[in-house]
Amino acid sequence: MGNISEIVKKSASKYQKDPTKMLDVIRDVQAGLGQVSQEAIVEIAKVMKVSTVDVEGVVTFYHFFSEVPVGKYSVYLNNSAVSVMKGCYDIAKAFEKEVGCKFGEVSSDGKIGLHYTADIGMNDQEPAAIINDVVFTSLTADKVKAIVADMKAGKNMQDTIKDFGDGNNQDALIKAMVKNNIQKKGAVLLAPFESGSALKKAVAMTPEAVIAEMKTSNLRGRGGAGFPTGMKWDFTRQSPGKKKYIVCNGDEGEPGTFKDRILFTERAEMLFEGMAIGGYAIGADEGLLYLRAEYMYLNKYLESVLDKMRKDGLLGKNAAGKKGFNFDIKIQMGAGAYVCGEESALIESAEGKRGEPRNRPPFPAQRGFMGKPTSVNNVESFCSAAKIILEGGAWFAKMGTDKSKGTKLLSISGDCKKPGIYEVEFGTTIQALLDECDGKDAKAVQVGGPSGVCINKSKFGNKICFDDLATGGSIIVIGPNRDILEIVRNFMEFFEEESCGWCTPCRAGNKILLHKLEKIMDGHGTESDLKDLEKWCVTVKSMSRCGLGQTSPNPIQSTLANFREIYEAKIQKGQEFVSEFDMAAAVKDSCAFAGRKPIVEGH
Amino acid sequence: MSDIKFTIDGKACTAKNGQTIVEAAKKSRIYIPVLCHFDGLKPAGTCRICTVKVGGRFMAACTTPVTEGMVVENDTPELQEMRKQIIEMLFVEGNHMCPMCEKSGNCELQALGYRYKMMVPRFPYLWPKRSVIADTPKIYLDRNRCVQCLRCVRDVKTSDGKNVFGVTMRGGKAIISIDKKLAAALSEEAALKAMNQCPVGCILRKEIGYKIPIGQRKFDTKPIGSELEGK
Repeated sequence: MGNISEIVKKSASKYQKDPTKMLDVIRDVQAGLGQVSQEAIVEIAKVMKVSTVDVEGVVTFYHFFSEVPVGKYSVYLNNSAVSVMKGCYDIAKAFEKEVGCKFGEVSSDGKIGLHYTADIGMNDQEPAAIINDVVFTSLTADKVKAIVADMKAGKNMQDTIKDFGDGNNQDALIKAMVKNNIQKKGAVLLAPFESGSALKKAVAMTPEAVIAEMKTSNLRGRGGAGFPTGMKWDFTRQSPGKKKYIVCNGDEGEPGTFKDRILFTERAEMLFEGMAIGGYAIGADEGLLYLRAEYMYLNKYLESVLDKMRKDGLLGKNAAGKKGFNFDIKIQMGAGAYVCGEESALIESAEGKRGEPRNRPPFPAQRGFMGKPTSVNNVESFCSAAKIILEGGAWFAKMGTDKSKGTKLLSISGDCKKPGIYEVEFGTTIQALLDECDGKDAKAVQVGGPSGVCINKSKFGNKICFDDLATGGSIIVIGPNRDILEIVRNFMEFFEEESCGWCTPCRAGNKILLHKLEKIMDGHGTESDLKDLEKWCVTVKSMSRCGLGQTSPNPIQSTLANFREIYEAKIQKGQEFVSEFDMAAAVKDSCAFAGRKPIVEGH
Repeated sequence: MSDIKFTIDGKACTAKNGQTIVEAAKKSRIYIPVLCHFDGLKPAGTCRICTVKVGGRFMAACTTPVTEGMVVENDTPELQEMRKQIIEMLFVEGNHMCPMCEKSGNCELQALGYRYKMMVPRFPYLWPKRSVIADTPKIYLDRNRCVQCLRCVRDVKTSDGKNVFGVTMRGGKAIISIDKKLAAALSEEAALKAMNQCPVGCILRKEIGYKIPIGQRKFDTKPIGSELEGK
C-alpha cells in the first residue's frame, strides 16, 4: 500500500495534481504497478481531488489501463483483420505454448501477460505486437520463442532489439525494428523537406494570407472526412477569444492505417512546422500533438525534434524570428481507444477524461480544448500545409481531381506483395494501386478501413478521392481465398469493442448487428434475417451520435451490396424462420455431468 | 431579441435564441419523445429517441438548437419506426422485468414501450450480466435496469462539485457506477432527487418502495406525452 501511495503522490505532483493530466497520472501508476487496482483508484481520486468513479471511468475506458494485473511484461498482440490474415492466431498459440497461459491471462508467476489489442499501426509487417512499449513486427514462432525466453530472463525489451528498421527507425531515440516500407514518393509529403523553410516563409506572410493560401490549395482534411482545412482555420481564427489551440490528431486507429507512422518517423519537422503555421494562422500560442499510445516508441524522438526546433528558434518565444509569435508544442499521449480519433473525443481525452465525443454544436472551432476555440487537424493535413506554404496553393491545386486536390498518403496492406506507403495523386484508381502493390489476384479491396467500404472487382476502376472512394489512408487488399464474412465479423467485433457506449444505437446496435451476422454465418439465417440486417444497419447509421456509429455498419452494408451472393449462400432458402437455439449444445454440460445421452430430435 | 421562426411537420413554431428543438417543441405542445432528456439538465443526447430530421439529416432534437427557418420532421413513419427500434434496443440490452420492478407505472422506458405499441422486441435479448450495487445506506442501484441516460451523472454532485455517479467501461459493457463514499454522504434530498430523476427503476431510495400502488401511478392512467398533446 505504501508503494501505491508513493507512486500516486509522485506522479500527481509531477503533473501539479492537474485533473486534465489524469491520463498521464494513470499511465505512471499502470507502468509502476502493472495495474491500476481499486486501492490505486481510491488513492488517485484522493490526491487529484475527484471522485473514485471518475478515475475508474477513465481507467476502464482505455485499452492500456487495467484494474487487474497485466503482467510485468504485457504482450499486446494485434488481432485486427490483416494481422489475422498474416497468421496472428498461430503466433498467439506460440505465445501461449511458450508462456504457459492463454490470451487474456497472466502467467502464474505474474511475469508475462498475454492480451489482444486492436490495430497498432503495423499492418505492413504483421503479425505484430507491443511489449512494454516496444514494437515487435513480422512475428514468427521462432521469434516468439526467443522473445519469451528474453522475458523469462528478465531482460529489458528495448535491449533485445538488435536489428533496426530503415531511416529514422535507427535513431538513437527510436531504435525500432519497424520498417518504413515507403514504396512510392510523391511531390508533397515524401519529397525532400528543408527544416525551417515553411514556417519562416509563413511568418513573413499575414495570418490572413496563410489562410487564403490554404483556401487556394483546396486542401481537405486528411483524416477521411475531408473538411476544408483553410475553412477550419478561418472559423477558428474568427472565433471570439484570445486563447486558442491548434491540435494534431495523431491517433490513426482505423485498422489498416499506418501512414502517420511514417510522417512521425521521417517528417516530424514538417509536421511540427505545419502545426506552427496553423497556430500562426488561427492565433494560437499552444499546439498539442495527441499521440496514440501505440506510438509511444516514437515519443522520445518526437520530443527531441521539438527540443531541436526550440534551440533553432523555430518554436518558443518569437518563433521563427517573428516578433510576438510565441508558440510551442506539447505532446499528449493517448491510452488506446479508437474513438479518440474523433476530434471531440480526442479533446475530451486530452483533457484527461473518458474519450467520449461531444455533442455539437458547439464545434471545436467555437469551444474545443479547455473550452477554447480549437482547430484539430490530421498529421498529414499539417504536413501538406507546410508544403503548400512553401510551394503555393496553386501548385498544390494542380494535382488531383476536381474536388480532391493534391496527393494522398495511402497505407496498403493485406494480400499484396508490396505492402507499405504510397503517396499518390487523388484520382488514382484501385486497379492502378493493385498493379503497383502487386495485389493482382484481389477479389475485394477494403477502402478506408472498416468504416469505409468493401468493393468488388467491378469497382476497381473507381478512384481514390472524396467524391468517389474516400479514405483516411487505409487500403486492405483481400485475396481470392479469404472468407469475406470472417473479415466482416472481425470488423464488427472491433466496432462493438470500440464504441464509447454513450448512445444507444451504437452501444446496443453494434452488438445486435454482430449477433445477427453470426446467426447467418452459423447457417441459421433466412431471407428475413438479411432484410432485418439491412434495415438495422440503416437505423444504427441514422440514429448514432458520432462518426463511429454512423459508419460502423458499413462492413455489413457494403458487403451486402457488393458480395450479396456470399450471404445468400449462407442462408436457408425458402424458410421463414430457423431457430438458432441448439438444444444439443444447451444440454451438453448437464448430460456429461449426469452421464446420459440427450434425447433430442435430429441428434 | 425576436423569436426564431421554424416549423415542425409543417406547423409554425417559435423558439428563443439558444433553445433546443425539444424545448421549443414543448412550448408549441408538440410531443417529441425523450428519455435521457430532463428539464433543466445539460442535454446529453445518449438515448437518441428524440432524433428528428432537419434538411435530410438526422439530429437529436434534445441537443440541437433551433435556427431561423429550420424545417423539422418529427412525426414521420420513418422516424417513428426507428425510435421504436431504439426502445426495443434498450429493452434487450438490459434486463427489464416490468412486472416485478418498483418503478412500473412510473417508468419512462415502459411508458415509451406502450406508446410505441411494442409487443415484443424484434432484437434478440442480450441478457447482460450486471451486478446490483446495494451497499450504500440510502440508495441502491439495480443496474439491470439502467438505460444510461446519464441524468444521475449530470445532476447528482456533492457540494464541492464531485461526481457521485459516473460511467465505467466502454461500448456494450459501459455501465453506470457510483462513488460509494460520496453516495453514503448524500443528503436525504439528493438521494430522493437521484431516484426521481432516474427514468427507470435503476436508482431507488431504500425503505420507501411501493408507496403508491401499481395501477395509480403516473403512466398507469395516461400515456407518456399526453400531457403535451392534451389527449
